[in-house]
Amino acid sequence: MATSISKTEVQVTAARTSSQDDLPEMHGEKMVLNMGPSHPATHGVLRIVLELDGEIITKATPEIGYLHRGDEKIAENMTYNQFIPYTDRLDYLAPLANNVAYALAVEKLLGIGKALPRRCQYIRVICCELARVSAHLLGLGSFAMDVGALTVFLHTFTQRETIYNLIEALTGARFTTSYTRIGGLARDLPPGWIGQCRKFLDEVVVNIDETEKLLSRNKIFVDRTRDVGLIARETAIDYGLSGPNLRGSGVDFDLRKAHPYLVYDELEFDVPIGSVGDCYDRYLVRIEEMRQSVRLLSQCLDKIPGGAANEAKEPINIADGKVVLPSKFKVLTSMEELIHQFILVTEGVNAPPGEVYFSAENPKGELGFYIHSKGGGTPNRLKIRAPSFVNLSILPQLLPGHMVSDTVAIFGSLDFVMGECDR
Amino acid sequence: MKTLDQIFVLTQHWLTGLAPAALQPLVSMLLIIAALMAVFGTCFALTTILERKTLGRMQNRYGPNRVGPFGLLQPAADGIKMLTKEDIVPEAADKALHFLAPLALTAPVWLAFAVLPFGRNMSAIELDAGILFFFAIGSASELAVFMAGWSSQNKYSLLGAMRAIAQMISYEVPLVLASVPVLMAAGSLSLPEIVRAQSGYALGWIPRWNVLTPWGAAGFGVFLVAAAAESNRCPFDLPEGESELIAGFLTEYSGFKYALFFLGEYLGLFAVTGLGVTLFLGGWHAPASWLEWLPSWGWFGAKFSALIFLFIWMRATLPRLRLDQLLNFAWKFLVPLALIDLVAAAAWLKSGGWQFAWALETRWLLCATLLAPAYVCLGRHWRGGTPKPRRYHYAQ
Repeated sequence: MATSISKTEVQVTAARTSSQDDLPEMHGEKMVLNMGPSHPATHGVLRIVLELDGEIITKATPEIGYLHRGDEKIAENMTYNQFIPYTDRLDYLAPLANNVAYALAVEKLLGIGKALPRRCQYIRVICCELARVSAHLLGLGSFAMDVGALTVFLHTFTQRETIYNLIEALTGARFTTSYTRIGGLARDLPPGWIGQCRKFLDEVVVNIDETEKLLSRNKIFVDRTRDVGLIARETAIDYGLSGPNLRGSGVDFDLRKAHPYLVYDELEFDVPIGSVGDCYDRYLVRIEEMRQSVRLLSQCLDKIPGGAANEAKEPINIADGKVVLPSKFKVLTSMEELIHQFILVTEGVNAPPGEVYFSAENPKGELGFYIHSKGGGTPNRLKIRAPSFVNLSILPQLLPGHMVSDTVAIFGSLDFVMGECDR
Repeated sequence: MKTLDQIFVLTQHWLTGLAPAALQPLVSMLLIIAALMAVFGTCFALTTILERKTLGRMQNRYGPNRVGPFGLLQPAADGIKMLTKEDIVPEAADKALHFLAPLALTAPVWLAFAVLPFGRNMSAIELDAGILFFFAIGSASELAVFMAGWSSQNKYSLLGAMRAIAQMISYEVPLVLASVPVLMAAGSLSLPEIVRAQSGYALGWIPRWNVLTPWGAAGFGVFLVAAAAESNRCPFDLPEGESELIAGFLTEYSGFKYALFFLGEYLGLFAVTGLGVTLFLGGWHAPASWLEWLPSWGWFGAKFSALIFLFIWMRATLPRLRLDQLLNFAWKFLVPLALIDLVAAAAWLKSGGWQFAWALETRWLLCATLLAPAYVCLGRHWRGGTPKPRRYHYAQ
């Protein structure tokens, strides 16, 4: 498709050295470049069709769905507890946070959110914040790698390994944690875990500082990210962005402050926000969010009821046999518990009819679960509001006018996960 | 010690002497070619493994350590892998150009080594216009890169080739401009002559290397940056910027052709590094008179390795520039700085005859007043002012 280049466009090309009259009518053609679904910078399987004028993007069309597994439909065919492993695979960089958000949504439907034991709430906050540090470390690392700084990626990745070790000790799995249960947790903190976690907190602060030393004042990095991918405050709100991407644009909105859940209202932390809304601001916000997460974590470790060893036998599950599986001993010795166990395993938690929406502040943004129940053990409809999906919706508006090299900086700073976007 | 210093030259003479008189010129030539290819071929293999090792250490990991002791046989394993891999040529590719491009890149680069002096009496040919020959050969690589990008019929390759051309042409200018003051100082275009001009010691102990003069230091800086860009090294590796262009003009190459490109790029880096050593670091001269007993080729090798290490270090530290920033940096910073450096060098050489008490200090001051403000001003303004550092702030 040949299009004639207008006069204004000619002025920015190299042709301006010769006078305008000498030029024959120039015919240019735009090039369509297909990025993805398999491309090093698309963080998974995002496909984006770029229309290029030289290296300048004139049009961008994202194509999503390459990782669609029908999670929402799957949820309609199983009990609430059975869906927990599927939440691991949403934002697979922060499975613990997804587990917590889903469990809280179902508990809201059951109306037992307030009855959660305090120890359970603290452990869940620890899970969320560990997941946030882990996801941000990887997000920043891959952001830096996309703009060419490979060392940062490996540096943060090494630190992430300690988080995985902690998660393994806690849940038994490094990646697919499936740690929460409706009304509680799969198990309590293992012995010695709090000490390991404190040691990790000391290390990660150093690691974050070092990462910042490599990037924050690096002229090349600053040039690549400043005033690139500018999202104005209003645009960010209009497109429904959430998480660090929204706060990078200077909007003060953090669900942990706006609608506190768990014990966030008892803990002290600050919400960093950016001033302009470019890639650099989003980078700064993520760096500081990790520091705030560390602050939250150390408070949690100090204040957790029962302490490290839980000698006081603080409960971690709701004391309601109709929600949480009873202990094996009770199942074998008492008739009532045996019935509860049988019903829970075969039919699931009996949820009341109704609908709820619960959203939690996940590393990527607002992860929301909308559950429509007609009663019984399975949801009638479960809708997942995936932050990555919403955050990506801004691409067609954001990319045009940038150069091809900027796409990777923008992708990196938006920090999306296709597992969550495509669901 | 004399023998050790000249061991390669003497061996070559001896071996040539064994051949019948009529064949002696040919044998002499072939011996040199074989030696160069063997040395720099090994150097290529060693650099790939050492680069990966060094990068590994800088990034908190081991690097390759599976094949052979300390992973030192990794290059051999890589070579076998590359040779036995299927050579895939895209259906739409221009077959002839696609085949020729790796050859067109690698063959001329070998030629560049012909004029470099690797030690005392150790340059393959002593061309009077050696440096001109070097740059002429060096600019042939642009053609090969564009051949590769164009013939692949792949949009990523094309974009990569486009970037490579823009980059290589832009950076050739500061590269050459930074070398000009050295030619002025030596009064010759011949590389061995340039090395000879850097012999001896000022004040009895400071070697007369060009890098130890104000204009030489500035020129060396410009030269290093331009050399990194010229050989597509990080932070100027955007023609093959893996995160955005997959592998740039190399995208559609596999197997041995890919290895040839790799070889060509590393050899290009070696050649330009060797030139840097020759022009600015005194070539094969020792840094102090009491170290002169070490063989001259050893000193060349040491300086050469140090510079290669510097390039690896840069790769581990720096992110990648964007195309427009890259070109702006060349044209708005490096080229003006190199031009001002030319003036500084002229002032330095012109004032060489001064005999009064503080002559040397005055000359330094003169050159510094020319270069320092230029460096500061250009550095501030090539990208339209330095932005203020920015931080997040906390929500209320």
